Amino acid sequence: MKVWKYGENINTDMLFPGKYTYTCSTAEEIKPHLLEDLDSSFAKNVHEGDLIFAGKNFGCGSSREQPVLGLKAVGIAAVVAGSFARIFYRSSINQGLLLIECPEAVAAYTQGDTVAFNVENGTITVGATTFSFPKLPKEILAIRDAGGLLPYTREKLKKRKK
Amino acid sequence: MGMTFAEKILAKYAHEKKVVPGQIVTIKPDHLLMHDNAAPIVSKIQPELKEYGIYKRDLPIIVLDHVIPAAAEKNALQHKQIREFVKTHKVKYFFDVGYGVCHQIVVEKGLALPGTVLLGSDSHTCSYGAVGAFSSGIDRTEAAALLLTGETWLKVPQSIRITLKGTLQRAVTAKDVILSIIGKVSASGADYCSVEFHGDISQFSVDERFTIANMGVEMGAKNAFFPVDAVTAKYLTLIGISKSNYTPVNPDADATYEKELTFDLSKIPPVVAVPHGVDKVKPVKEVEGLEIQQCLLGTCTNGRLSDFRIAAKILKGKSVHPNVRLLILPASRQVYLDGLQEGLMNIFLQAGGIILPPGCGPCLGAHQGVLAPGERCLSTSNRNFKGRMGCVEAEIYLASPATVAASALTGKITDPRKGVQK
Repeated sequence: MKVWKYGENINTDMLFPGKYTYTCSTAEEIKPHLLEDLDSSFAKNVHEGDLIFAGKNFGCGSSREQPVLGLKAVGIAAVVAGSFARIFYRSSINQGLLLIECPEAVAAYTQGDTVAFNVENGTITVGATTFSFPKLPKEILAIRDAGGLLPYTREKLKKRKK
Repeated sequence: MGMTFAEKILAKYAHEKKVVPGQIVTIKPDHLLMHDNAAPIVSKIQPELKEYGIYKRDLPIIVLDHVIPAAAEKNALQHKQIREFVKTHKVKYFFDVGYGVCHQIVVEKGLALPGTVLLGSDSHTCSYGAVGAFSSGIDRTEAAALLLTGETWLKVPQSIRITLKGTLQRAVTAKDVILSIIGKVSASGADYCSVEFHGDISQFSVDERFTIANMGVEMGAKNAFFPVDAVTAKYLTLIGISKSNYTPVNPDADATYEKELTFDLSKIPPVVAVPHGVDKVKPVKEVEGLEIQQCLLGTCTNGRLSDFRIAAKILKGKSVHPNVRLLILPASRQVYLDGLQEGLMNIFLQAGGIILPPGCGPCLGAHQGVLAPGERCLSTSNRNFKGRMGCVEAEIYLASPATVAASALTGKITDPRKGVQK
């Protein structure tokens, strides 16, 4: 597991350049361009189970779900940030990408620290210190538990039909 | 205890007497906005569309604007798929290539009304607070779900109250106001929040309120809001909507705000946002003299008639600097037509400007005015992120139409107070 560490205000153009937004929409099309203008080594070297640590306002900018789809597809286990921009936050709920809002954990991390987290308890351990992060409200957990917004919506439509 | 605008309107749509920040509500928006991304949105739910259809034919608004006319076969195919979807599902509000930028169309066609709720799969959906609507951006997947069910969840946001006091100096515009605010509040300072503008707002037309609300998302806001007043009513009457067609929702006087800020308008100078962040705001004076190779005048932020009037006053009878390409991007066909009628487009063309079709154009770097490495663009658009105009080694500075026009003439970033009479 590798931790990819970035700064504040990582915007959607850094996560996935705008010029590709109308030509790439599947995971396979998205993957090679992930974080292209931020860190050209990311797409080549990212592995399943890796984490992203970043400062506040991660995902600010456009309504762009390619980075969310892409980060999920390459197996990012969680994005840990000081805070998230709201469209990116909602998008991650919809796609089932785990976001952990915990500025203390981000501040505590130094290269080489081990990181472990427990979503049910809302805790993240960096090195020897454990921090807590806000758990999702039940309405949102229902979307996560269904496997994302589209499966959740399909269930809802089926129930309505009955 | 009273409620803020966001609390009041979300309570209304959730059929609750009162809601509080942090509470999750389920609401049915009046409209759902999509643009070229309607193609990937509907492709996610093909079987469901076949089985259930869309929730309501007057829910979606689709405007083709992002890559128009199609730059490549892939774009053309998406546009074609959208037209087929519109036909099959009898979508009521469809605006094909050429109408303009989606946000301008929503307001101009009277689809955003005071006291209504709109969600859109575009971050600048927050613009419609200019006419007293609650509007916010969502992603493609949520738009797909909304198309089918007509409803979604929203968290009731905290609210920030911004009071604008005094009057603007000559050659200072609404764009300088919102850039100055973002510079102060920061790119994340209004994250998750509803931002309300109060105070001496009657001096701002709906066009100018649009410029301000449009950039709410650049400080992280969920929505931006101007109270509905005589200015709003006058604008709506002009586009054919009488008072009987809407019920404004305005915040209570005793509402509770997370933060209250006051800005003295008379102290705001012409400003620019320097690379690569919208909150990196400086007075024009501090960067004056920097050479530029491209100027972009227009977009959904500053591509309306009032913006073009300001720029035309500066450009009239003069020539754009030989090192500069001046791109003119009207926010809509209507703006284009009005600009032609007033002779503004003649002024731009005679000065050496290049008029682009009404759409998003170079703003997102997909086509029409992509930058080369080492080039610098001065733009009236809303984002100066690295790579935004298609080249990661180029720089984008954001400014008002007055600053862009004045700078287009000199080939360098220039303080517009030198030439213009307000």
